[in-house]
Amino acid sequence: MTTGAYIFDAIRTPRSKGKAGGSLHEVKPVALAAGLLRELQQRNDLDTSAVDDVILGCVTPVGEQGSCIAKAAAQYAGWDERVAGFQLDRFCASGLEAVNTAAQKIASGWEDLIVAGGVECMSRVKMGSNGGAMFSDPEFILGQKAVPQGIGADLIANLGGWSRRDVDQIAVASQQRAAKARDNGWFLSLVPVRDRSGAVILAQDDFIKPDSTLDSLAALKPSFQGLGDMGMDDLALSKYRRLEKIEHVHTPANSSGIVDGASAVLIGSAKVGADLGLTPRARIVATAVTASDPVIMLTGPGPAAHKCLKKAGLTVSDIDLWEINEAFASVMLRFMADMGIDDSITNVNGGAIAMGHPLGATGGMLIGIILDELERRNLQRGLVALCVGGGMGIATIIERV
Amino acid sequence: MSTEFIYHKDADNIVTVTMDMSGPVNAINDAFIAALKGTLERLAHEPELAGLIITSAKKTFVAGGDLNELVAAQPGEEEGVFNRTQMIKSLFRRIEKLGVPSVAAINGAALGGGLELALSCNYRIALNHPSVQLGLPEVGLGLLPGGGGIVRLTSLIGFQKAFPYLMEGKKLNAEKAASEGFIHALVDDQTELIGAAKSWIKSNPAASEGASQPWDRKGFIIPGGDESSPSIRQHIAMASAALFKKTRGLLPAPEFILNTMVEVLRVDFDTALTIESRQFSQLVTRPEAKNMINAFFFQMNQVSGGKSRPKTEEKYTVKKLGVLGGGMMGQGIAMVAAQAGIEVVIKDVSLESAVKAKAYAEKGLAKLVAKGRLSEEVATQALARIKPSIEVSDLRGCDFIIEAVFENLELKHALVSEAENMLAEGGVWASNTSTLPITRIAEASSRPENFIGMHFFSPVDRMPLLEIICGEQTSEETLAKAFDLAKQLRKVPIVVNDAPGFYTSRTISTPIQEAAQLIAEGVDAVRVESVGKSVGWPVGPLALQDEVSQKLSLDIVDAQIAMGLRKPEDDPTPKGTALMRSLLNEHGRGGRAYGGGYYEYGESGKSLWPQLNELFFDASADAAVSDADIRDRLLFRPVIESLICLQDGVLRSVADGNIGSIMGIGAPSWTGGYLQFVNTYGLTRFTERCAELAQVYGERFLAPAIVADYIAKGVDFN
Repeated sequence: MTTGAYIFDAIRTPRSKGKAGGSLHEVKPVALAAGLLRELQQRNDLDTSAVDDVILGCVTPVGEQGSCIAKAAAQYAGWDERVAGFQLDRFCASGLEAVNTAAQKIASGWEDLIVAGGVECMSRVKMGSNGGAMFSDPEFILGQKAVPQGIGADLIANLGGWSRRDVDQIAVASQQRAAKARDNGWFLSLVPVRDRSGAVILAQDDFIKPDSTLDSLAALKPSFQGLGDMGMDDLALSKYRRLEKIEHVHTPANSSGIVDGASAVLIGSAKVGADLGLTPRARIVATAVTASDPVIMLTGPGPAAHKCLKKAGLTVSDIDLWEINEAFASVMLRFMADMGIDDSITNVNGGAIAMGHPLGATGGMLIGIILDELERRNLQRGLVALCVGGGMGIATIIERV
Repeated sequence: MSTEFIYHKDADNIVTVTMDMSGPVNAINDAFIAALKGTLERLAHEPELAGLIITSAKKTFVAGGDLNELVAAQPGEEEGVFNRTQMIKSLFRRIEKLGVPSVAAINGAALGGGLELALSCNYRIALNHPSVQLGLPEVGLGLLPGGGGIVRLTSLIGFQKAFPYLMEGKKLNAEKAASEGFIHALVDDQTELIGAAKSWIKSNPAASEGASQPWDRKGFIIPGGDESSPSIRQHIAMASAALFKKTRGLLPAPEFILNTMVEVLRVDFDTALTIESRQFSQLVTRPEAKNMINAFFFQMNQVSGGKSRPKTEEKYTVKKLGVLGGGMMGQGIAMVAAQAGIEVVIKDVSLESAVKAKAYAEKGLAKLVAKGRLSEEVATQALARIKPSIEVSDLRGCDFIIEAVFENLELKHALVSEAENMLAEGGVWASNTSTLPITRIAEASSRPENFIGMHFFSPVDRMPLLEIICGEQTSEETLAKAFDLAKQLRKVPIVVNDAPGFYTSRTISTPIQEAAQLIAEGVDAVRVESVGKSVGWPVGPLALQDEVSQKLSLDIVDAQIAMGLRKPEDDPTPKGTALMRSLLNEHGRGGRAYGGGYYEYGESGKSLWPQLNELFFDASADAAVSDADIRDRLLFRPVIESLICLQDGVLRSVADGNIGSIMGIGAPSWTGGYLQFVNTYGLTRFTERCAELAQVYGERFLAPAIVADYIAKGVDFN
């Protein structure tokens, strides 16, 4: 007995520099996530007691993001005390994993209405501050040849034959597309971040750098050269013996930005929608996770998307728009090559290179962004995919109803 | 109760235990452990004990563990090793938790287990004397400090500071040990040692903080932070990568040490000690540990200790040395000889070259002074011993002449004729050739029995190996003299018999030839280099060929063919040789010194010459050869060549082969040397793998007959 999992609403905060001085640095993670919950409640005139669970992705669940921030956010938002919450971590896939898990719970019929999304205040809780065997256990690092993602991203570019100019081009396009979408008001899922009084703290994405040019980007030094020289390149190349050396092509400008942000997607069954008077905007058709070589780490999205298409009984040509998280420019290039698609239908409104990648929140944001654009263009289906630490990949297909 | 630990209690109830085991040193063996146990029992029942001092009656404090015992531990015996290690540790733990102050009065070298014992005392005082060296050098033998050394040093001075001492086995003198926090106080005179220990005990009585270890005090924090510190986490990740860059993942010891150090940052002190014991037990049974102990301890002692030196000959001391030729080799030889206190005449045809050779020594010595390894005074004295000259007569009275000129037989003959009679009575003439037969050079000599080969490695002042080559007529006396000069020059001398390329030169060339053959077959050059590095060579075989230079290698081959020493049709890798000739003659790629070879060299480093794969790469040939086959083809060639050298008597001992291959031609240390490699691989399995390779790639891979002989005899290469 399966039932459809429908998206009733999908919202996100704007993204801002995830460092001291960033516009959202003053906002606590619990407040950022709770702000979206309150917004959902108001927009949909939601009786929160109908919500079974709040699932939030968070990749650095320590400090003020620790101890099940999802339940904390539900309480902080003043939601009915019967609403449960759980936080999950599948690295950069966490936000989409939250959506997928919610969809599976709904589809199973075991739950009816769930909020799924994520939160990551990278300005407050530093990336990596939760440690982990992958990052600071020598036996693991040496045994698994665990290198930083950026080394893998550079490796992907080298293996694909993509030059520094190619990845910079992706970056410039991302900036231009994101600026255009923002300036034209196409990001309908975006809601301002407000303080307790309702005063707006940040209304729009302010991480975008629309003036970026190929020339200005070319001047930047590669980010992972130093780590590579210290031995990380050797570690990676010992698995890629046909590559003489790694040409490091990724810089801060063609990699995703470190930002603060949160997302929330309201997902439920058709019945709960009818009961509560919620209008379904889209159906979650299929989800998939998989893993590929953990050394190169970022090649999972292609296999995940293919797996997801197969589950859905669809083919590449059935998908109208694609969102691949721009963790690094080469990830997008690799994904398009793996899927046989081009950038006319991929990341059409830019991505994390321009707007930033609040790790645990991004997946949920991409659902809202692709849904907005499917509606604007009056198209049917979209596929969202992200590369994930440990070589994993994740994908979700949605279609408008 | 053992009498090997002298137990003395003074009027203040301070017990001084003086370790005096039978034998030249205090080594941590069964008798030592029994003595320590007995002493601890006695201390436990000592009424009104005020403090404990541990010192040594020997010149060294404690020399460390018993390697014979460790090398015997076999896979499957880990649990026994673990239990024994835990037992020894529990004794050390009792010392630091006696409840009364304990002091290590370090009167001599405290290395390995010796330092671990000292670290188990609450306080450490050392004699400030050059003979007092401290360190945990276990990593160099493929081991880890299993007596609490990793846990205590990391806890004492912190992860980052302890790193080089544990991961690289860096040793320190007493002064440095004090400034690095290993020890608390120094005394200038041995007689002050016990007095200083006693006065510290008196001011730090039982129950005072001093009578405990920092890690046993409440609120203890490891200096520099534990594993939750972001900078330490980053250091761990970077250290892991840097380690891989250095070891290619082939040496377990530093990996195990790093693992244990990190665990020290995560768990309580006693649990960390247990983890250290487990890591130790899993490490000692690994072949890499056995190979390294065998090579760097047992066989190194054999080689350096003079196993290859004729026993009957008296010790010879060279006072005046002639060096012919002021080139790279001559300069280096002059410098090390002058440092060893030998008067040196460096003679060249031009005074300019001779003076330049002296200038090399001046620069080299100045560098040592700058590094603090030599005093200004000693350097000045050494430099004054070098006399540049163009006069043959300046060589008069030399005990030894080393000719180090261009590899040309006629030139070498001419020099012998010209200068041999300048040698003192009983003096020896040595040729520093790497390729020409000693017997042939000696033909010009009127005293061929006093003629020998001494093959130095470049740069002479840094490379420790010396290959001594006996010609057909070289006498035992001459060999002994050459050996003694080698020791004077602080070199490790291996002794081999005369054959083209001796041992080292002919063996080092084999993986290079094989790499050329692989390229000629169409295999991807990038793969060949990558797999080559995975064997554990510092650079890939193609890069090594570029350093040697294609031109030089081919010149040597051609010279040997011209001299009738080898036949072109016997070339085991003719395609590879043809490829090298084509690179040199048609593409002008003679090696790095000639502007490029397999690689091109630019300001940002080197990269493979792009045309190499364009000219030779063949996708189907490449696909037909697995990484495992590339690896074994590259590695088995020098191993097989070493076996042939042993079989044919070029090598006189297995130890010379192993030490020579590691120290002279880059045999990876995990192998324990190219001959030891066969023992670890298993002689029968090795023969089988050779047969497989021979079937596909050619007869050069057949195992030499000596392997079957040893299998029949049921012995390994030892």
